[in-house]
Formats: sequence, C-alpha cells, structure tokens
Amino acid sequence: MNIVVCVKYVPDAQSERAFTEDNTTDREGVDGLLSELDEYAIEEALKIAEAGEGEVTVLTVGPDDAAEAVKKALQMGADKGVHILDEAIAGSDAPATSLVLAEAIKKIGSPDLVLTGMASTDGTMSVVPAMLAERLGLPQVTFASELTVEGEGVKIRRDGDSSTETIESSLPALVSVTDQINEPRYPSFKGIMAAKKKPVETWGLSDLGVDAGQVGQANAWTAVLETTKRPPREQGEVVADEGDGGTKLAEFLAAQKFV
Amino acid sequence: MPATRLMPTEIGEDLIELTRTICDRSLRPKVDEVERQAEGGEVFPREVFAELGQAGLLSLPFPEEHGGGGQPYEVYLQVIEEIASAWMSVAVGTSVHSLTCFPVATFASPEQQATLLPGMLSGDQLGAYCLSEPQAGSDVAAMATRATCDGDGWRLKGRKAWISHAGHADFYTTFARTSDDGAKGVSCFVVPADAEGLDFAPPEKKMGLHGDTVREVFFEDVPVSDDRRIGEVGQGMSIAMAALDSGRLGIAAAATGLAQAALDLAAGYATEREQFGRTIGENQGLAFMLADLEAAVTSARATYLHAARLKDAGRAFSRQAAVAKLVATDAAMRVTTDAVQVLGGAGYTADFPAERYFREAKITQIFEGTNQIQRLVISRDLLRPRSHRRR
Repeated sequence: MNIVVCVKYVPDAQSERAFTEDNTTDREGVDGLLSELDEYAIEEALKIAEAGEGEVTVLTVGPDDAAEAVKKALQMGADKGVHILDEAIAGSDAPATSLVLAEAIKKIGSPDLVLTGMASTDGTMSVVPAMLAERLGLPQVTFASELTVEGEGVKIRRDGDSSTETIESSLPALVSVTDQINEPRYPSFKGIMAAKKKPVETWGLSDLGVDAGQVGQANAWTAVLETTKRPPREQGEVVADEGDGGTKLAEFLAAQKFV
Repeated sequence: MPATRLMPTEIGEDLIELTRTICDRSLRPKVDEVERQAEGGEVFPREVFAELGQAGLLSLPFPEEHGGGGQPYEVYLQVIEEIASAWMSVAVGTSVHSLTCFPVATFASPEQQATLLPGMLSGDQLGAYCLSEPQAGSDVAAMATRATCDGDGWRLKGRKAWISHAGHADFYTTFARTSDDGAKGVSCFVVPADAEGLDFAPPEKKMGLHGDTVREVFFEDVPVSDDRRIGEVGQGMSIAMAALDSGRLGIAAAATGLAQAALDLAAGYATEREQFGRTIGENQGLAFMLADLEAAVTSARATYLHAARLKDAGRAFSRQAAVAKLVATDAAMRVTTDAVQVLGGAGYTADFPAERYFREAKITQIFEGTNQIQRLVISRDLLRPRSHRRR
C-alpha cells in the first residue's frame, strides 16, 4: 500500500507566538518543528506499511526550514520526501494550500491512502484535510482515533462527545487522525543515519502546473486585518470563609449559571 | 534551560535532539520515583537501558562495522551529559557500559571483535566492569583475583568490589592476576553472565545514585575460555588504565550534566521564590552565586570537550582527561551544594531534587579514580622527563 502523509512545519508551540507586519505567522524569527499532531499520522502510516508492503511518502509545503519536518519524518522511518518550496506560496490560505497539496499528490502518483493530522498546531483550522479530499475526489474520513485496513477498504472509529461512530470507506481514501490513535515513535540513531540517504524531492509551483495567481497571500479568500495578544488572565474572586463560605460559593456558581 | 551546544556535525545535532526527546518523554517522568524505590538497591531500571539501547544510544563511540554509532567522543560525551541532566544513574550506567566494551573494541583480535562486539553493541546487552577489589581500590596493582591456566582455558577465583550493574549485566569485563609480576601480571577477560561459579553479594546500601545497583562479585573457579581473554597475557593493567582514561571523560560529562540540572533548578527557583517583597534572585548576593555556578558548569564542559577533541584527533589526552574529571566532578559537588543553599529549607526536603543531586555528586569525586588519583595522574605527567618542551 502506498501512503502519502501530509505534514506541516510549525512554530514551536512552547515559544512566544509572533506575527509579521502583514499579520501572517512569523516563521522566520522562531524555532520551528514538525507539527506534533502530524507525528500521529506518520506513526499510523509507518505501522500500516510495516504490517504489509508499501511505501510511505511524506509531503510538506513550506519555506526552506520546512525541510526539517520532512527530515524528522524520514528519521522516524518514512521512505521518501517531497518538499513544495516556492516563494509565491507564502501567505496562502487553506484553499490554496489544499490545491498545492492535491497537485503534488497527483504528481507523486496515485496513493492508496492519504493521511493527515487532525489539525496543525499553529492554525488549528482542521479544514485542509476536507478540502484536499474534495480536490482529489477521495472519500474524506476524518478524526480517526482508530484505523484498520481491511481488504480493499479502511475502517475508522471517530469519538464524539455523545457517541462513537464506526465509519467504513473504500480505498483510495483520505484519513485524518487524532492524537488518540497511537503513541508516535521517536527516531533512533539508525533512523537518523538512514534518513541522510533517503530521497527528498523539492518542487516549485511550475513543477505542479499551478499558477502563482492561484496561491499566495494576495489571492487568499480571507485576510487577517489585525492580531491582538490575548489579555492576561484576570485574578479570580477570592472568597474568605467566615462561616458562610459554602453559601458564597453556591451564590457565585449560580450567578455564573454553572448550577 | 538546555545547554548551549556547538555540535561538530548535523548528525551530532540530531543526536542531541533525539537524546533530549528521550530524556523528556521517558527519563524525567520516572527518575524521582525509581530513585526512591531503588534506595535499597533491589530495583534496577533495566527497561530504561533497553530503551536507550533500542534508540542506539548505548554504543555511540564504537565502530559502525560492529554495530556501534561511529561517533566521536565530542558528540558521545555531550549525549552522556544530556542524559545526566535528566537521570544521573542512567548516564553513569551508559558510561560504565562503554567502559566495558572499550577493551574489546580497542585490544581484542579482529576475530574476537567479530564474535563479541555485535552483541555487546546491539543495545540489548549491558556490561559490568570488574576491576576494583576490597583491598585494591586506588591501588589497582594490589589485585588478588587470580586467573589460573586450566588446559585450554582459564579459571577465575577471587572477589571484586563496588561493581555497577552486578547481577543485572550480560557480561563482566574482568581483570585478574595471571602472574605475581605486579602490574605486569594482570590480564583481561570477558566473562558471560551465565558462567558457572559467578555469584553476587546483596546490593550495597549507598548515599545516592540508587538506580545504579552496586554489589560485590564473587568468582568461584569460574571457567573462561581462552578466546574470551582480551589482549596479551599480562597486558591487563595497561588495558584497564586505557579504558579508565576514556571512562573518566564519561564521568566528567555526566558530572557536568548533573551540575547543569542543579543550576537550572536553582536559577528557576530564584526567579519564583519571593522574600522581603521581591524574588530572591533580585538580591545580588544570590544572583552572583548563580553566576559563579554558571561559570563552574561552563568551564567543566570546556575541559571535558578539550580532552575529547584531543582524543578524537588521535592525540595524547590522559592528563587532560584527568583534569576534566577533577574539574567537572568538583564543579558538580560545589554546584549541587550551592543549589541546596539557594533552595533553602525546600532544598533540604525530598520535595525538590536538589538534595538528590547533592548526594549523587559526591560519588563522582570518588569513582573511576578518586580526585586524589586524578592529581597523581596529572602531576606525574607534568613532571615526566621530556626531551622536548611541551607545546
């Protein structure tokens, strides 16, 4: 089974989030890493490939540094990497990103399975998987917390607030996975050494037949007008217990409509 | 705050990142509990070594052709330092394992290396280093354990003391007397754990480093085939000393990591703890104390890296390794002592790891050559007659 895993290189969630003058995420001045939510998709792809025969290709769209995300996936055990690198892509919104990803996947071949994380840890929009499935004409099977390959299809479990759904799909398909699906491995020293010899292709928009006018910040459907820091958390209300602590607590909860 | 490192290669950088990941995911969440459980010596974190072995971190400085990582000491030691900043016992164990593989990787015949090393470097095995004896600590040549020629092989009889991993190791790199010719009468053997007549005392009860199980090892006429004798008959003492030159660097790196952990704890505490209406770090008396600790940690790191680079370049490094061991372990003792002081009453309780770091630091001034022995090594080299001026 041939699997393509889409991954994103994101600013480290531990460090301070910053924005550039045009209100896009600052990716230059901060440390980046492979989005942690994408590690689950890589792990799932590796498990499926190891259980049978197949090849795992990891795909990313992003600036120079995004090659680090591909490298990490290769160190974990993916077989080859594709990095879509083109200055015209900077500032692209989700529809444009899904377009670039879709064309890249078509160029890679016709995978049996496209895997993604449930969201990126920076944008956290969760829409790219659905848009990508639509562009590729694949069934979209999202938020899988369990995934099994059965014959010519896949079966997933999707945990909701009030119910658990079991969903079956034919292959090829696109599946996005949650952080409940597995425990991602970390690379071994052998993996680090092996990754150096694995093939990574770098393609620009012209390689994909995508026009620069279809992507980039200028052609985005949405624009961020301003960004504001979240205000610091205000100090809570302190209730001194003078024998009536319980009553005051109940009054507070009632006032906030918690009870 | 992670230590600032300038790695010589991209592989080295990736290795440090991998080590930090393993430390955060697997070592730091367990260290406090396991060190407490292991206080009587009955618990040994074998599974942690299995994980390090699987990740390839137990065989970094050895040749790739036999399953090692082919990494220079400059990289390997910084990995040890990172591990020590998370869990000192495990860093010491990793260094000890390297010590046990060193004689085979350096002095064994190609046939012996092909037979023995793949297992020793696979990550599945852990070694123990049997050199010291109750009456032969610093005075190694006073060794009494004897290897007697027995037809095609040898019989080992005697008693070894303060042996890390004893009872948990897969092989015992053992030094025994093959003649009465003082330092020239010692030979080196690799004894498998399942050898007949190999026995162990109960674990020693120690001040700290509880995750490092230490016992006496008894050899009751243990049969060892001649193809497990490493180097020439009588070469054992120089093999042991060469192994210790490199092993000392592992201890210097581990001590540096321990000191870094203590400094990070103290600096973090100093920015949070408030007295007299301000954080204690705002008092210059305390801030300067922390600055001195940073200087101690940084110079410890610099001395071991200097010795490592000499070793990697194939130059003599014995004196510099002894300097590194002396400087780094004295730094660890001082930094951990002052870290307890910065944390005050909290530092004296087991609620914070400061008191554990303090207890762990003490042994680093003692094992793999006491710091008095390091001064002996350094001064002897300084005063050695030379035909040329040293450059």
